[in-house]
Amino acid sequence: MLQLAGKRLVQMALIMLTVSLLLFLAFEADKYSLAGKVLGQYSTEDQRLLWLEQNGYNAPFVQRYFTWVFNAARGDFGESVQFATPVSKLLKDHLLNTAVLGGLVFTITVSIALVLGVLSGIAEGSPRDRGITVLAVITTSIPEFASATILVAIFVFWLDILPGTSPFSNGLTWADANQLVLPVMVLVIYNFGYYTRMTRASMAEVMTSQYVRTAILKGLPYKRVILRHGLRNALIAPFTVMILQLNYLLSGVIVTEVFFSYKGFGKLLYEAALFGDIFVIEACAMVAVFIAVFSQFVSDIGYTLLNPRIRFS
Amino acid sequence: MTDTTAEQTDTPDTATGFARFLAAFGLLRESWVGMIGLFLVSFWVLIAIFVDLLPLQDPLAQTRGAINLAMLTEDKTGVMHWMGTDDRGRDLLARLLHGSRVVLFWSTLATIVAYSVGMIMGVTAGYRGGWWDEIISFIGNVLLSFPQIVLLLVILTAFGPNSNIGVWMNTELGMDKSIVSGALIIVAITFSTAPQVARIVRGIVLDLKTRDYIAAAEVRGEGPLWIMLVELLPNARGPLIVDACLRLGYVIITIALLGFLSLGLPPPDPDWGKMISDGRQWGYNGLNMMLWPAIAISSLVLGLNLLADGLREISLRD
Amino acid sequence: MAAPDMNTPVLECNNVSISYYTRAGEIPAVVDFNLKVMPGEAVGIVGESGCGKSTVALAIMQYMGKNGDIVGGEIKFMGRDMRTMSEEELRDIRGSRISMVYQEPMASLNPSMLIREQLNEVLIYHEGISDEEASKRSIEMLDAVRLPDPERLMDSFPHQISGGQQQRVVIAMALLSKPQLLLLDEPTTALDVTVEAGVVELIKDISKRFGTSMIYISHNLGLILETCDKIAVMYSGEAVEFGTVNQVFDEMRHPYTRGLFNSIPLPGADRYSRPLVPIRGQLPLPHERPTGCNFGPRCDHFKDGVCNVKPLSMQDVTAHRGHQVRCERYLNIDWEAARPKAETATAANFGKTVLQVKNMQKYYEVHDRSLKALISGKASKFVKANEKLDFEAREAETVAIVGESGCGKSTFAKVMLGLETATGGEVILNGQEIGQISVHKRTPQMVGSMQMIFQNPFETLNPSHTVGSQISRVLRMFGVAKTKEEALEKTYNLLDMVKLPRDFAQRRPRQLSGGQKQRVGIARAFAGEAQVVVADEPVSALDVSVQAAVTGLLTDIQRERRTTMLFISHDLSVVRYLADRVVVMYLGQIMEQGNTDDIYSPPYHPYTEALLSAVPIADTSITKKHIVLEGELPSPMNPPSGCPFQTRCPRKIGSICETDLPDVKDLGNGHKIMCHLSEEDLRAMEPVIAMPSDKKKKSAASKSPGRTKAALAAASIATVPGTAAKAKPVAKKPAAKKPAAKKAAAKKPAAKKPAARKTGPERLKKARGKADDLKLISGVGPKLEQTLNKLGFWHFDQIGSWKKADIAIVDDELSFKGRIERDDWVKQARALARK
Repeated sequence: MLQLAGKRLVQMALIMLTVSLLLFLAFEADKYSLAGKVLGQYSTEDQRLLWLEQNGYNAPFVQRYFTWVFNAARGDFGESVQFATPVSKLLKDHLLNTAVLGGLVFTITVSIALVLGVLSGIAEGSPRDRGITVLAVITTSIPEFASATILVAIFVFWLDILPGTSPFSNGLTWADANQLVLPVMVLVIYNFGYYTRMTRASMAEVMTSQYVRTAILKGLPYKRVILRHGLRNALIAPFTVMILQLNYLLSGVIVTEVFFSYKGFGKLLYEAALFGDIFVIEACAMVAVFIAVFSQFVSDIGYTLLNPRIRFS
Repeated sequence: MTDTTAEQTDTPDTATGFARFLAAFGLLRESWVGMIGLFLVSFWVLIAIFVDLLPLQDPLAQTRGAINLAMLTEDKTGVMHWMGTDDRGRDLLARLLHGSRVVLFWSTLATIVAYSVGMIMGVTAGYRGGWWDEIISFIGNVLLSFPQIVLLLVILTAFGPNSNIGVWMNTELGMDKSIVSGALIIVAITFSTAPQVARIVRGIVLDLKTRDYIAAAEVRGEGPLWIMLVELLPNARGPLIVDACLRLGYVIITIALLGFLSLGLPPPDPDWGKMISDGRQWGYNGLNMMLWPAIAISSLVLGLNLLADGLREISLRD
Repeated sequence: MAAPDMNTPVLECNNVSISYYTRAGEIPAVVDFNLKVMPGEAVGIVGESGCGKSTVALAIMQYMGKNGDIVGGEIKFMGRDMRTMSEEELRDIRGSRISMVYQEPMASLNPSMLIREQLNEVLIYHEGISDEEASKRSIEMLDAVRLPDPERLMDSFPHQISGGQQQRVVIAMALLSKPQLLLLDEPTTALDVTVEAGVVELIKDISKRFGTSMIYISHNLGLILETCDKIAVMYSGEAVEFGTVNQVFDEMRHPYTRGLFNSIPLPGADRYSRPLVPIRGQLPLPHERPTGCNFGPRCDHFKDGVCNVKPLSMQDVTAHRGHQVRCERYLNIDWEAARPKAETATAANFGKTVLQVKNMQKYYEVHDRSLKALISGKASKFVKANEKLDFEAREAETVAIVGESGCGKSTFAKVMLGLETATGGEVILNGQEIGQISVHKRTPQMVGSMQMIFQNPFETLNPSHTVGSQISRVLRMFGVAKTKEEALEKTYNLLDMVKLPRDFAQRRPRQLSGGQKQRVGIARAFAGEAQVVVADEPVSALDVSVQAAVTGLLTDIQRERRTTMLFISHDLSVVRYLADRVVVMYLGQIMEQGNTDDIYSPPYHPYTEALLSAVPIADTSITKKHIVLEGELPSPMNPPSGCPFQTRCPRKIGSICETDLPDVKDLGNGHKIMCHLSEEDLRAMEPVIAMPSDKKKKSAASKSPGRTKAALAAASIATVPGTAAKAKPVAKKPAAKKPAAKKAAAKKPAAKKPAARKTGPERLKKARGKADDLKLISGVGPKLEQTLNKLGFWHFDQIGSWKKADIAIVDDELSFKGRIERDDWVKQARALARK
């Protein structure tokens, strides 16, 4: 167990290192263009050279890279060009907002998906199952920016009961909680379908397994068969996939944040990308990859814990 | 009782590949879900092909004084705008239908490229195994550890049309700006999609390669290329066709999304995603501009997803 | 429910019909099925795949799934029709009064629950007792099914114990609340032979100890014979014959039953003396069954206007109490006269040595990536998949490689075919070393001359390509065919050879039945003029009647083309039937090798002895020793020290077995045994399989029309007094030594007949110096050679000097009357003697 965790951690570090190298290569390999981006396109050649000299960019590439990695590991990603504040401070605020949105969405999505998935999986082929499956296919076909458009049309322009943007100008307060409704709805609608189908497939497979047949033919009550023999095994696969899907959820969150002007991590990254705010992009990408890799780690460990076949071998 | 089906010997099967392909669609009739999907997809594909023959306005022509018209309104010149006009007075219906060609062309191309790369990665990693597999899997893991949009943003900002490479492609290679950004989009989508395809193909290949017919091919001294192309891949086609449908839908979403984020194809070509983001600036007045493309994307992707579902259903039955 | 009454049947199926509903409509799976199981009785249901036997079991459990339904008749359990019971009542019965044991033990246990919980819940839900009490009872039951260390087992997960143990756990689970009826659906099919023997031993014991009635479903007639009192034979959804085991095995009255018996190899039979007779045709699909008798189209006794008029019903066989048969013409069939005409063939004479395996070794390096291993520096260790393999094969010879899973037979095949290269030693094909050359470095001729037939018919052909294209690809690869036309022509020839219609070339594999696919596999293996064909369990996945046809085809082609065949198998009956020589492997090493007859008669290696005793035999007249091996098959990753078999050996002699690898003892005639037992002890072993004494043999032979006398008279099988009771297990004690006189008699049966010696041709007690290889005479196989030696014939000139009268006398003793051209022998022997 510990061994597996150790192995995974090493892999994780290796991936993070590779990603950091790729990012560094992509954005900072050409230091002259970097200086141009940082100082703006109207800066003179002399100003750029001076900036490079002052910020240690004349050191060899490898040295620059390791300095950067070292600083990044400490949380120092430099200063945002756009906002003229330390990147780490920007990140902290925006990440918190995103965590609130993402956490809400994840909780709601998983709850809906588990209930619908199990209901549909235990009665494979029934009208209920077909209904849930079709619903899931339809909702996963509507991308976030499309469903956001439609929901805004309904709830903002037609019914006029919800705000069309979620800027949270006064910070995250209860008073503005209604600003969260539409972003959450958009994300839940897009994501629950996939989770539901995962759960359904897993449940349906378990229900046709021989050990469930054994349990039924042992004369156990149906409830016991489903809850003790079925669910436990059926939830192993969806659990891991759901955590792995955090990655995709994060993608969706970025779009939704942009659409609703929600001051989260995604909006920060997007605006940095449009502006060419290199250090913010680097930091955001590193954080996003870290979240993804870490969730993968959690999912691996969780899978091992849930599955005795792997736990004891 | 299941094994009796294997004893079926009475239907001679002399059909060619194409005929069997058609027969598969014949089978699709038994799945109403698949039929709806097929209908939606064919609708958009036919429009994309024959859009030039339709009696539409010029999608690029701007009509003065006809900005943000609601649907079913005539402009001052007496031209009917069935879906209204956009913020530059262009006919929305024309833009929407012409947009299908843009979307389908780039998304199909991107999917084909991404799929080819992914299949090569997956099949070689799965069949060859060993260090090659480890390398491919590691590359895949690195790329998949980026949330897709982050990867796209990074690639397009670092190498986009305004970057050194983009400018170089534009000036030195003489590539049109829209071609440059299209090519970059394809590259970006390949980076984010090919590892997923590779993972699926690798899984299938790992399963298939334990079959006796692969051993039989090895025993008679077939080379790895033959085994991968002739012995392995044809048997993986069932799940891959289903996956390709889903994947194409996802790529369509991605391309529209890039348009929405203003990182997609350059204007003025109609791009559904871009149309939505343009409309967003106009609040209530832009709703018309946003709703139609939103519905268009959703229906096309829904069609593909339903088609995939139907295909999977009949493939499981067989 | 009422207390069990000894006169009410536990289970009664009356005219039960079961259908499945598919897109194509209703498909009748089982029609008009009747069965009565009395308390304490064990009833077997036997039939090939698709006959509906498992459907019957599930119908008894009232578990038909979504698309199945019992459409007619009644299933009465303890006098009550189960079809009228509510879901609640059924739940009460299931698992407590009727319980079931399944084919795949691993799949039928919940992977994420402790065995404790899975056992206890049966008692908790059926008897409402506390968890502690349930645990106590569960442990007792685990002990009763002879599982070691039940307490530890209770807290294990299913994957932590072996397949045999899992099946015992499932059986324990089924017996926990003392059911009246136990359904066993192929409970040992997934297990290795020696493990199977242990489980069968346990099952036989169940009804005795618990008074449980049993329904035992199997495709294996031998297993049914060992475990059951009565037997129902099913064919295409119907029971075609029902009766006591003795009635059905010795006086079968349905042509299908007889067909089944004729297509399984019985001890004492080989492919020369008694070739198997396959049932022609194929099982009809459920919706394409003929009117009247389902077996009609495949039956030799079919009569138009009688058999295909109306649906048949079961009728009582006159003079046989309780014996029923579903045949209109059973009274009109002359069972004695209608002995199936099988083509007998003469043994091939073997040519030069084609293949030599010398000290071949194959090690795999296994990386242990645990931290501990990395620190201690033992990161990689070697698994010895093959250790010092040493044997030869001659032209036209069939060498069987026998062993259970993990014995290294598949690795050996891989090295032969160049998919792996040997770690050490040599593999010499036609004087050329190939063990180190991987398949990609072999020339097309080398590749073509060494080919393989695979085990699984459903995987052997690529489903994406037509049969023809797959065969012609091989022809082109080996350079046998240069042009497209030539390849097509040769493909047709190959299809002819395996007796498939030529239009199969355009078909895809999914349109072929299992047997047909296997035929294509054979065609493919022989496409490149193969000199050596490695056949990896080529028939084990097929139904018995198909097995016989494919086996026959394979051996015919092999004989005709004088190909050497390496036949890999775990099935000792099939091996005995078709092999000339046998190599017995265990954990990567050869334990014993020799001519087939030497392997199947003492002296044995203790492992061979156990294997032989584990093979179920479908013959009531045969008695065999029961040796149940203790313990489980060790993992090849972690083999025991000393002799690999020492952990399970019932004849272990002491610490030497644990420390030293035994030397290989040569007992003459190429018979080699690797064992610490002294040659004397080895020679003192009793035969495992015993035929009845002469008197009983004759009556048995006349009673059972399926068997020929010749088969029973096979010289290698020692005769012991036929006793009704089966020999007691001798697993624990060393074999009793027979009196010296008896031993001598057993060794030289010729000495029994002094009268024959006076009048007969010249005979010698011993060879004059080196004996001639009598097998060079066409028609003399290894077995006949041995028989001749026993009769005192060692040299060509002896046989060459036979006169007509002599031949008659010899024939008498050989008991192979009238089938082999002795004049021809004499001519050949004379020619050979002159050389």
